[in-house]
Amino acid sequence: MPFGNTHNNFKLNYKVEDEFPDLSKHNNHMAKVLTKELYGKIRDRQTPSGYTLDDVIQTGVDNPGHPFIMTVGCVAGDEESYEVFKDLLDPIISDRHGGYKPTDKHVTDLNFENLKGGDDLDPAYVLSSRVRTGRSIKGFTLPPHNSRGERRGIEKLSVEALTSLDGEFKGKYYPLKSMTDAEQDQLINDHFLFDKPVSPLLTCAGMARDWPDGRGIMHNDNKTFLVWVNEEDHLRVISMQQGGNMREVFKRFCVGLQKIEEIFKKHGHGFMWNEHLGYILTCPSNLGTGLRGGVHVKLPKLSVHAKFDEILGRLRLQKRGTGGVDTASVGGVFDISNADRLGSSEVAQVQLVVDGVKLMVEMEKKLEKGEAIDSMIPAQK
Amino acid sequence: MAKALTPAIYGRLRDKITPNNWTLDQCIQTGVDNPGHPFIKTVGCVADDEESYEVFSELFDPIIKDRHNGYDPTTMTHPTDLDASKITNGVFDDKYVLSSRVRTGRSIRGLSLPPAGSRAERREVERVVVMALAGLKGDLAGRYYGLQDLTDKEQQQLIDDHFLFDKPVSPLLTCAFMARDWPDARGIWHNNEKTFLIWVNEEDHTRVISMEKGGNMKRVFERFCRGLKQVEQLIQERGWEFMWNERLGYILTCPSNLGTGLRAGVHVRLPNLSKDTRFSKILDNLRLQKRGTGGVDTAATGDTFDISNNDRLGKSEVELVQMLVDGVNYLIECEKKMEKGQDIKIPSPVTQFRK
Repeated sequence: MPFGNTHNNFKLNYKVEDEFPDLSKHNNHMAKVLTKELYGKIRDRQTPSGYTLDDVIQTGVDNPGHPFIMTVGCVAGDEESYEVFKDLLDPIISDRHGGYKPTDKHVTDLNFENLKGGDDLDPAYVLSSRVRTGRSIKGFTLPPHNSRGERRGIEKLSVEALTSLDGEFKGKYYPLKSMTDAEQDQLINDHFLFDKPVSPLLTCAGMARDWPDGRGIMHNDNKTFLVWVNEEDHLRVISMQQGGNMREVFKRFCVGLQKIEEIFKKHGHGFMWNEHLGYILTCPSNLGTGLRGGVHVKLPKLSVHAKFDEILGRLRLQKRGTGGVDTASVGGVFDISNADRLGSSEVAQVQLVVDGVKLMVEMEKKLEKGEAIDSMIPAQK
Repeated sequence: MAKALTPAIYGRLRDKITPNNWTLDQCIQTGVDNPGHPFIKTVGCVADDEESYEVFSELFDPIIKDRHNGYDPTTMTHPTDLDASKITNGVFDDKYVLSSRVRTGRSIRGLSLPPAGSRAERREVERVVVMALAGLKGDLAGRYYGLQDLTDKEQQQLIDDHFLFDKPVSPLLTCAFMARDWPDARGIWHNNEKTFLIWVNEEDHTRVISMEKGGNMKRVFERFCRGLKQVEQLIQERGWEFMWNERLGYILTCPSNLGTGLRAGVHVRLPNLSKDTRFSKILDNLRLQKRGTGGVDTAATGDTFDISNNDRLGKSEVELVQMLVDGVNYLIECEKKMEKGQDIKIPSPVTQFRK
């Protein structure tokens, strides 16, 4: 957090065991990796903007464990965090991203033409389709750490970029702090409005500071392309629509991202990216593509089948409730999305969603007819 | 904070740091994140260490003056008086007063305050305090329960006794970073008789509470003063002391608790008086405040109120407790009159602190 990092040196006057957090009741990625020895080894480091180890891990110390998912338990404060604290973050990245090694390279592919199919998911089952990712603006620190000045700088750049888009991307920016009641109601009805984070995973990492200053939402007139500014990442970019045409959603996503990136680059502030970690985002779980492509799909029979979770695992997909990451499912409707972020490309990840959901809808139809689905269960992807 | 902080003041203070390296943005973050509170006018800033009040005095002094009814820290001095024998008429009618309580806070000089302290500093506070408390004897003898090692049975007992404090949920506190590393180095100490209680590392280094059922405020305050003096002696024997100066009295995290840090109060039934439209004005003139029986962020339920002193700074502990005593006696008189169908009067305002 932007409060002055020189206190970190002051803490070095205390012994390692006196400063080392008590992680005995903890169950998150950070707690699995951080030993007293490792803490002692890297606690005197800081990034050029002054982000320290204690800053990285505070959210994981304050949140011992989550009932639905294994949380990461740490965040980056700037691009350099992933370098300066690699002794902690590399093993966490490896554990979280299926064994991804510090020497591995990540492939970026935002060429929507490379996606096969995806335009024929049955709308009787697939209620909506959505692809989201995040982008961080080079030259600024990240939401856990940035000051009001930086956040406003990010907003200013973003508004300039986003309001210059045309065609199907033409739209309007709504800053959170000057929204009218009418605008707010409309954004809520459209399911666009993001609220001040209440999840302690985010608040303990300092991401809700100064709310709602510098935060806002841009969306196109068609309400199919949406950008969140300064929530958990600098930008969250979302393409969505009712029904099952994931192909169209992904095309809009790729085209929109490219246009936005061009404008930011012109101002000398491209996106944070490197060939090892792909796109750099606040949470290590979103590295690589930062992409979550998913559908809301009706699977009342399949979801109570004994092998549902196993099927999902083999398809490299994950389930969530329709309220988002911290919720449970309602009425047999699930949010199904790709589990991977790092080590495979955007096209590859959306392909898994398209193919996997198509298969699961067929399974659901079979179960409706009282037929078995054992022969359809796929091999591990 | 929002009333006092101008761009000019921000510009002058934003590059300053305290000797422990704390900054202005850290002090004001809670006030930025919490624009306003429905029940009370919040302060909107906290101190990160003893020196915050000096280094950022250009911001804190006007806030202190505004919050403490004109007490001017640049010209006035604060009196400390913990001689409980001076209290008169300090036993209330049990028919109305259900319980009596006095609390304050104390900070350990040399260690950063809860918004800022690191895990090691917080553990040091715990060590110093717990070691001192182990030296209390007689009716004050007791034991310490560290929050992170509580058994289920102990936890239930502390809840039943209304002693257990929980991880803060109020954003006034969480946005000031006081809940970090919970429950590390937090705990509760209480005497065997359950009338003297100390919270360690909640909103302040220590909160010291004397309480009992019924209306014997004098005895509650006597135990309070005796206990505080003994604890102070015990930490001094080990080379520590409380944060205190004659400008601001006892130094605590929130500027609203400077001076005595003392809130003396009762849970009192006032079914008739509380429905009278003059109730608020009467409380104002007596320099008392009402809260719900759940504490600072709650509303009153039914006819029972938490009534306590408004002031903290500029009057001594004895003066404030006497004001509370006189005020509550007056409220009970009003209630009794109204029961008999008699009318009541709004009392004239109690004078401010001496200049």
